[in-house]
Amino acid sequence: MRVIKLNKENLFPFLEVISEKADLWAPVKKGDKHVFKVVDDFSKVELSTTRTILPPRKIFLPPTFSMFNISEKGYEEDFSHVTKKILFGIHPCDIHGLLTLDNFFKQDYLDPYYLEARKNTLILGLSCWPDEYCFAKSTNTHIIEEGFDLFFTDLKDFFLVWIGSSQGDDLIRLKPEFFDENLTDTDIQTYIRWQTERDKAYKWGINFNALPDLIELKYRDSLWEKLGDACLACGSCTNVCPTCNCYNIMDKQFLGGKDGKMIRYWDACTLEEYSEIAGGENFRKKRADRLKLWYTHKLQAYISKYGKPSCVGCGRCIVTCPVDINVRTVGKALLGEKEDAFWLRFNKEVTK
Amino acid sequence: MNGENKHITHDNPFLPEPARIVRTYYLTEDVKFFQVRIVDMEKALSFNYSPGQFGMISVLGTGDAPFSISSTPSRPGLLEFCIRKAGAVTNALFRMKENSLIGFRGPYGNGFPIEKMKDKDIIIIVGGLGAAPLRSVLLYCLDNRDQFRRVSLLHGAKKPSEMIFREEFFALKQREDLECHLSVDKDDTGKWTENIGVVTTLFSLLEEIDPANTYALVCGPPVMYKFVIKELVNLNIPKDQILMTLERRMKCGIGKCGHCAIDYIYTCLDGPVFTYWDVIHMRELI
Ligand SMILES: Cc1cc2nc3c(=O)[nH]c(=O)nc-3n(C[C@H](O)[C@H](O)[C@H](O)COP(=O)(O)OP(=O)(O)OC[C@H]3O[C@@H](n4cnc5c(N)ncnc54)[C@H](O)[C@@H]3O)c2cc1C
Ligand code: SF4
Ligand code: SF4
Ligand code: FES
Repeated sequence: MRVIKLNKENLFPFLEVISEKADLWAPVKKGDKHVFKVVDDFSKVELSTTRTILPPRKIFLPPTFSMFNISEKGYEEDFSHVTKKILFGIHPCDIHGLLTLDNFFKQDYLDPYYLEARKNTLILGLSCWPDEYCFAKSTNTHIIEEGFDLFFTDLKDFFLVWIGSSQGDDLIRLKPEFFDENLTDTDIQTYIRWQTERDKAYKWGINFNALPDLIELKYRDSLWEKLGDACLACGSCTNVCPTCNCYNIMDKQFLGGKDGKMIRYWDACTLEEYSEIAGGENFRKKRADRLKLWYTHKLQAYISKYGKPSCVGCGRCIVTCPVDINVRTVGKALLGEKEDAFWLRFNKEVTK
Repeated sequence: MNGENKHITHDNPFLPEPARIVRTYYLTEDVKFFQVRIVDMEKALSFNYSPGQFGMISVLGTGDAPFSISSTPSRPGLLEFCIRKAGAVTNALFRMKENSLIGFRGPYGNGFPIEKMKDKDIIIIVGGLGAAPLRSVLLYCLDNRDQFRRVSLLHGAKKPSEMIFREEFFALKQREDLECHLSVDKDDTGKWTENIGVVTTLFSLLEEIDPANTYALVCGPPVMYKFVIKELVNLNIPKDQILMTLERRMKCGIGKCGHCAIDYIYTCLDGPVFTYWDVIHMRELI
């Protein structure tokens, strides 16, 4: 991989140049949080955020989009959500999230609605600094070696720019004068120091390796009932998770006419109607059973199959769930680390 | 296709194939039979599937739903379904007349392991709408009769008017190469000439079986499985030779929407046919 340097003051001018090629999405402020949005005013781009409210998958598979236009003639493919995009400011854990989705949408049957959107989006990653909810180091997703076209490591006075693809290289060639090919020994030392400091900033973690067995052994543990009693079945955890992929499909007819659209929209296995079948039979009527499915999928099945969890440690479920059910509380409870602050808080809330 | 998006190059597995309803009639009060032909003749005749697989049928503007293919690949050209009225899509299908156009995607799922079943005894146990997938495998066995040893059918319904494919199965009783036992829980007509009792009472009518070389195929309402499987295990049929189809909610049929997941198994890809041994290991049982 080629690595070059970009001076801080050249970043926004560079983004401006490349945004002529495609819509540029980047993190901007929304209230006291952040969201990915199309930007034209580059001074609004936030360089030192943590997680966005919704994960970047919303850029590839929007929360609702049309798959087909429906008319008397039949079904006509609708790929209007696929446009040329550049996604700037995506962090390593979220890039890992995309790689997980890539795998999923490529296996068995190819899903063109995801894959086409992916193919038409350039990924410009950006380094980050963990807050108290991040634990990407224990999922080994705090660094990234593939899955980006360019990656910017923020070293205060300058960026190291890692060129990950030939399309990334093409972007650089639009403004080669912004970049410096020569890395000094001091630059490299700065990078190593940054990396060591950053590793130390991850204050806690989860021992994921132990979880598959523990989930098996504790499958009938009263823990699940406890969690189920507290869960509001709001589906938020599922909507914010960068590796969740479930969706629903619905035909929507326009008023008065025969024409309409086949709509695909995000769904959540934590919602009650998710598993209902004909005759009103529901295999997961209980919230506890639905939470079990979510955590079994993320922390057991995926680890058994791919050797890593389908959690990338972004902390979104931790900051989002209104009743503190998240990978940390559940993971710690399964591991028997009952003195963990999150588990203690949850326990106090539900048993009060 | 969207004008700006000429660069879309993938085949679209979600695109329904236009198909025509050739014939449709009632099998019981709330179950209708559909004979369907894919409009494109070449596709219709080259369409291949195995018994136990299913397809997604779509009604323009209403939506789509999964249905087992009830016909057999040994009689190509037409696809047959038996469909119970349940909700939006099925109601719309019931209103459609012969010659109407529907959409079809498939075949999906694993189907029955025909290769393994060859040269074995086959017992098919049907309850209610379980006839939909099992008729396919039954007709397949009968069309390729020399590939299988004994073939038996045990079919139960609540009452005579609810027995799906009643006439067809009665006619099969004439065949010497099929052991066919029919039963109703209750006879409200006074004219029923066959067994009366739940489907498990038919086991006593079966001639002695060779369990190690028998495949038992079960499909019916969830309550039926428990009792039937107990009988089959008592008959010493190996647990991985007891086959059943599981019903789960399905929205895509191709392993993408997540609805049919049981742990890490996707019913639409890894099923809907499972062995009893598989099912014992699934914690969210039938
Ligand atoms: C592999 C498989 C094979 C099947 N084969 C047959 C068959 O041969 N004949 C037959 O009559 N039925 C079959 N079904 C069931 C059939 O798919 C449902 O009856 C149908 O989806 C109901 O759709 P609807 O739009 O009419 O009902 P809806 O309006 O969607 O809902 C009616 C009821 O059906 C439930 N439901 C909705 N979607 C599904 C779904 N995808 N799967 C199951 N239940 C659902 C709803 O929760 C509700 O309780 C099969 C299901 C599966 C998974
Ligand atoms: S499970 Fe929670 S922490 Fe893990 S990737 Fe999903 S939202 Fe992020
Ligand atoms: S676990 Fe929390 S976020 Fe998820 S559905 Fe339950 S209450 Fe909502
Ligand atoms: S039906 Fe969509 S994943 Fe199985």
